[in-house]
Amino acid sequence: MLAVRGLSKAYGAKRVLDGVDLDLAEGESLVVIGGSGTGKSVLLRCILGLETPDAGQVLWRGEPLAGQQAAFMDGFGMLFQNAALFDSLPVWRNVAFRLLRTMPKTQARRIAIDKLARVGLGPEVADLYPAELSGGMRKRAGLARAIAADPKVIFFDEPTTGLDPIRAAAINALIRGIVDETGATAITITHDMSSVRSIADRVALLDCGRLRWQGSVAGLDSAEDDYLRDFVAGRARPMARGPQA
Amino acid sequence: MNPIRLTGRAAIGLTRMTGQVTIFAARGLARVGQHPAELARQVVQIGWLSLPVVGLTALFTGAALALQIHSGGERFQAGDVVPAIVAIGMARELGPVLGGLMVAARVASAIAAELGTMRVTEQIDALVTLSTDPVGWLVSPRLWAALLCVPMLVGVGDVIGIMGGWLIGVNALGFNSAIYLSNSWAYLESWDVVSGLLKGAVFGLIVALSGCWFGMTAAGGAAGVGRATTNAVVAASVGILAANFALTGLFF
Ligand SMILES: Nc1ncnc2c1ncn2[C@@H]1O[C@H](COP(=O)(O)OP(=O)(O)O)[C@@H](O)[C@H]1O
Ligand SMILES: [Mg+2]
Repeated sequence: MLAVRGLSKAYGAKRVLDGVDLDLAEGESLVVIGGSGTGKSVLLRCILGLETPDAGQVLWRGEPLAGQQAAFMDGFGMLFQNAALFDSLPVWRNVAFRLLRTMPKTQARRIAIDKLARVGLGPEVADLYPAELSGGMRKRAGLARAIAADPKVIFFDEPTTGLDPIRAAAINALIRGIVDETGATAITITHDMSSVRSIADRVALLDCGRLRWQGSVAGLDSAEDDYLRDFVAGRARPMARGPQA
Repeated sequence: MNPIRLTGRAAIGLTRMTGQVTIFAARGLARVGQHPAELARQVVQIGWLSLPVVGLTALFTGAALALQIHSGGERFQAGDVVPAIVAIGMARELGPVLGGLMVAARVASAIAAELGTMRVTEQIDALVTLSTDPVGWLVSPRLWAALLCVPMLVGVGDVIGIMGGWLIGVNALGFNSAIYLSNSWAYLESWDVVSGLLKGAVFGLIVALSGCWFGMTAAGGAAGVGRATTNAVVAASVGILAANFALTGLFF
């Protein structure tokens, strides 16, 4: 359904993406892992057209996504790495942002409070402003906003970073639940191997600007790739790596 | 690098930027009325909340103008022209220019800082993923609010400035109150006022456009937002003074 072909992006002399190929089937949950600063967030931004890639194509249902961005976004939701909540709006209006375009305020607010409850935030948070929340709370409010309008395609950029292990497990279960219940197609970025195991249908490892390895969760443990094995096991490696090294 | 090439490069850069800003402004103005609640919010922010600073500026300017014109006019026995010159000077020149500059300091910086922060914290990208056009939601209401409110601020400033002159005229320069006021209106033509209000509309657009452009194109974290804010105020102030010269030449 979503196909990425030869996506490349450089900032100055720094080549961040160097020909990424990726296919995503409808209803599939892909998890992208990779070291910090390897371009995982940039990959999502390039797919969405928020950043102009230097080369490559993104196809959605066989046609370039760039030509149907409005239609794509109508059924899309995204959790940004730093939540990107609107500072000027209270939390519930952030969550209900898309809903408020199509339904009355009371109904949108009710749904927003329900979505906040699903990410573990009580109704007392609804009228606070983003600046009054902790980092983990902002992240979860951003998650509630991403899923508020029941999107068909969802991108989660590090959904559990900054959360305690119990909350993180609950968020992992929530994401898996959404994918299973609504049949949504999801790309999740994470460093958290417990997220990988509970969310992924398929895993891809981004390294040196390319997808170095792709496979099932079961395949993670039997993989030959030594970098992947170290990544999964959390073993130290020499620090100087990457396309610029 | 040789100077001709450097000049050429600068000229091309300037032309390209002028084109980009013009297209940006046209897009912003074209998306009128998509978000009336946002427009109302910006009218309060840009218009209503600028009243105190514009009013105080006009009051002191009118008062100082009365003192200056009186002492200058006395040299050729023309101290009586104070009311008329204060009124004409405020309406045609000082009301719009000083009002515009005060709004530039207050509003261009605020817009650039707010939109710049939204840009570097990905809030503008978040708008796109929520099927909301950032130009329609953020830029258009600010451009229109400034375009509509600054002329009104200029109008209020004109009246307050004339009152500042009147206060000094009556209390310090020995004018009769009724005569001062009637002389203020007697020599004032409607074009004096209307031209000042038109200047105000142009200055309002320049202020909001500077703030929106530098805010929307900000990059590079907090330092980038700081640069955007500085650039917005400088561009708005210089833009107002240049446009004032051009419009004065055009109108009179
Ligand atoms: N706007 C930008 N300008 C310059 N460099 C950038 C920009 N955005 C990202 N980068 C660089 O791209 C690399 C990948 O960033 P990112 O995708 O955020 O990493 P991560 O995989 O941790 O999400 C980083 O090394 C970063 O320095
Ligand atoms: Mg990232």
